[in-house]
Amino acid sequence: MTNPGSTAADAQSTPERSEQVGTSADTATDGGRSRAVAAAGQAAGTASATTARRGGRSSNGSGVTGASRLMAVLFLAPAMIVLGTLVVFPIGWTLVRSLFGRDGFQTFVGLDNYVDMFTRESTLRAITNNIIWVAVVPAVVTALGLIFAVLTERVKWGTAFKMLIFMPMAISFLAAGVTFQIVYDAEPDRGVANAIAVTIHDMIFEPSPYSGARVRDAEEVAGTDAAVTTVTDDGAIDTAQPVSAGEPVLFPLVGIAPDEIPSEAQQAPSNVDGEGLHGLVWSDFVRGGGGTTAVVDNGERGLPGVEVEAIRDGEVVATTETDNEGRFSFPDLTDGAYTVRLAASNFAEPFNGVTWLGPTLVTPSIIISYIWIWAGFAMVLIAAGLSAIPRDALEAARVDGATEWQVFRRVTIPLVKPVLLVVIITMMINVLKVFDLVLVLAPQSTQSDATVVALEMWRVSFDERNQGLGSALAIFLFLLVLPAMLFNIRRFRRDQS
Amino acid sequence: MSRRGVRIGAAFASVALFAAACGGDDGGSSNGGGPAEGSLEGQTIEVAAVWTGAEQESFRLVLDAFEERTGAEVQYTSTGDDIATVLNTRLQGGSPPDVAILPQPGLLRDLAEQDALVPVNDAVSAAVDENFAGIWRELGSVDGELYGVYWKAANKSLVWYNTEAFDDAGVEAPETWEDFTTVVSTLSDAGITPLSIAGGDGWTLTDWFENVYLRVAGPEAYDQLASHEIPWTDQTVIDTLTILSELWSMPNAVSGGPEGALQITFQQSVADVFSDDPQAAIVFEGDFVASVINAETSATVGENAQFFTFPSINGSPTSVVAGGDVAVALQDNEGAHGLLEFLASPEAAEIWAAQGGFLSPNQNVDLSVYPDESTQQIAQALIDAGDNVRYDMSDLQPAAFGATPSAGMWGILQDFLANPTDIQGTAQALEEQATAAYGG
Repeated sequence: MTNPGSTAADAQSTPERSEQVGTSADTATDGGRSRAVAAAGQAAGTASATTARRGGRSSNGSGVTGASRLMAVLFLAPAMIVLGTLVVFPIGWTLVRSLFGRDGFQTFVGLDNYVDMFTRESTLRAITNNIIWVAVVPAVVTALGLIFAVLTERVKWGTAFKMLIFMPMAISFLAAGVTFQIVYDAEPDRGVANAIAVTIHDMIFEPSPYSGARVRDAEEVAGTDAAVTTVTDDGAIDTAQPVSAGEPVLFPLVGIAPDEIPSEAQQAPSNVDGEGLHGLVWSDFVRGGGGTTAVVDNGERGLPGVEVEAIRDGEVVATTETDNEGRFSFPDLTDGAYTVRLAASNFAEPFNGVTWLGPTLVTPSIIISYIWIWAGFAMVLIAAGLSAIPRDALEAARVDGATEWQVFRRVTIPLVKPVLLVVIITMMINVLKVFDLVLVLAPQSTQSDATVVALEMWRVSFDERNQGLGSALAIFLFLLVLPAMLFNIRRFRRDQS
Repeated sequence: MSRRGVRIGAAFASVALFAAACGGDDGGSSNGGGPAEGSLEGQTIEVAAVWTGAEQESFRLVLDAFEERTGAEVQYTSTGDDIATVLNTRLQGGSPPDVAILPQPGLLRDLAEQDALVPVNDAVSAAVDENFAGIWRELGSVDGELYGVYWKAANKSLVWYNTEAFDDAGVEAPETWEDFTTVVSTLSDAGITPLSIAGGDGWTLTDWFENVYLRVAGPEAYDQLASHEIPWTDQTVIDTLTILSELWSMPNAVSGGPEGALQITFQQSVADVFSDDPQAAIVFEGDFVASVINAETSATVGENAQFFTFPSINGSPTSVVAGGDVAVALQDNEGAHGLLEFLASPEAAEIWAAQGGFLSPNQNVDLSVYPDESTQQIAQALIDAGDNVRYDMSDLQPAAFGATPSAGMWGILQDFLANPTDIQGTAQALEEQATAAYGG
């Protein structure tokens, strides 16, 4: 809670900041008023609760007559009936239901569902994920909200910016989920996030020209002149046996889509001549099929630009590239045996971006979209709190020579602390019951990795059709939210008194 | 889409039901094609089903024909996807519709076990024997008592392919599994990614498994596995997983790689094969792929989008993994029995068949009434399979095992797609979860 006294004490204990003492004292005198202002702001949302309580207090206090008690009951009755049927009764029913098995009220299982809940891997995962959510989201949302609120106070187009940041709140979670589904799509042609990632990556690292290409294996080249090869661990293609100048070294590659072959590629020669160590790299597949395996057929094109290395005793002694017909040669290497290698860089898998909604990243990805939605909410509340801060406190601090950071840290934050608390508590409650965004965003395959308690309740109740366990989860969720609610109610009470 | 709706709808089925009276008086005499003319004059029959829009209109035509023939008046109630909830509510209120058409055998069993269904009369029973392969009678029965007439079916044993991709690679539609793997490797050699697998939707993977299993193990073992009489660690399961493992782990066989495939939904997997810039050549799934092709791509079914029946493995006979909607009576009156008898007749099925978007399991339906050649072939395959038709196994499982996203069969097969080498571990996991689901 705001405690200007302790702020003053802190300042006093640090001699070099003694100039702040006066400021802090000012803050202390204004503290009560600003708190009341902030509290009034919060109370707006719960006007009915406050009113009800006031009514109660006055009736207790002034020893009401029978008639006015009747009036009180009459006025309260509609709310009591609605709350009773829509809130109290379902909670009680759920509690009872959670003590029974999956087949309705036929088998009483006692607390078995609760035991089950804390031993199932999927519910434990849900609880872990909820802890991550609660640890990350309220803090980040509040911090972002505070930053936006403070910054927008100072700029001319602050209102426009606020509108922009607040706008996601106007979108339903379902729509936001669908939007982010598209953002996070793993296919770079569809997903914005991956389109950006791939573009940047390919700007820095040049993509491999023949990614995904494979060489015909030993079985397929048997009985032909093509080289028997081995594929190294990093994806380079080596001749299995050392070769020497004279006989051409033939590499039949497959798995290259016709439109991936550069347009300058030409028909591969059936007779490969060349000086020194030489050979051919070509695409061993005729469009429409029908060619002979590992033999150059009509319609099979050479692969230009393949990086070829000659290796002796484990050392690369020469490097060259294939020409437009797919030929390569090392004119200087005329004697001795070499291993010919097609470098791994020719065939490296293309970078296809990040699987945002895969098992490892799905929860962080969903959290980011959630923050995107809620940051505006925090910003608006905190901005309202900020505007209620007495300007003279800030001015006084500045006059006393405090830097902007000191003003922010020592004056602004203590003054808006009540609002920050409200935002954090509200976000905690919201985050504990997060459901729709996870359901919409997580693909089925990672739903169990992304699951949270509320989603697990749905999955168990309606997918597995075990409403006993589902009810137990609902009660558990209710218990989790309860402390935050009680805390909020107590705060309202204190602010009122 | 509707699949998900069905699942959610069925999820509400656990609400307690009130018993409905049942008996077996004989109403309406059979004349081979449904109840006699004018025999139901003045009766009003209510029928509830999930269909809306175009499907509702087609079904209405069938009901109109029934009205004209019998003089009865039929009122159609569309329940939307939540038919289980609607029926349960109506049953609790004591006024169920006369006839309902259920999208799942599990719901038929649930309702029959709660005594909410009326067994069919002799005329309907005779019509079912005359017009349907024996398997459909079994599927419509609970504990030997026939309750339902299978009215609409889905053929889930089709493999769809992009003809341009096949032409580029110079391959043709295969008939056997060996040919199929050759096609896959040739496509891969040609630089065309062969398979588009919707790993994001677990049910497509269970359909892969079921089709291979039905061919590897045969219909009897399929029934035993479906009812968990043999464990999931059985050799037939291991063999099936091995075959799938060999296919899925072929170099560059799966579009997006195993991890990428887990992000692809069913709709996307179809679009990936038939879009203008195709990512893959082949997608496996049921007859409903055709409607996705029409809705999402510019390809034309029967021209550049064609299909072959799921390849035979080790000489297995034509077999089909099917889905279907079953008509049941919830009230014991002449009208309800008369309508079921009519729905069991080829005449009724032909009316909707001619409208398209419909497959009948009725073997006496004249195939020429289907609107196009593709549909005729799909229907032909279903009829040819005869008693080798089996209902989608995951739909016959407890929901925790057969229909829960990223859990049970769905989740385990998704893990298997991501890591197809772990055959023993996969079988073990399936057995553990099946045991848990059946035990719980």
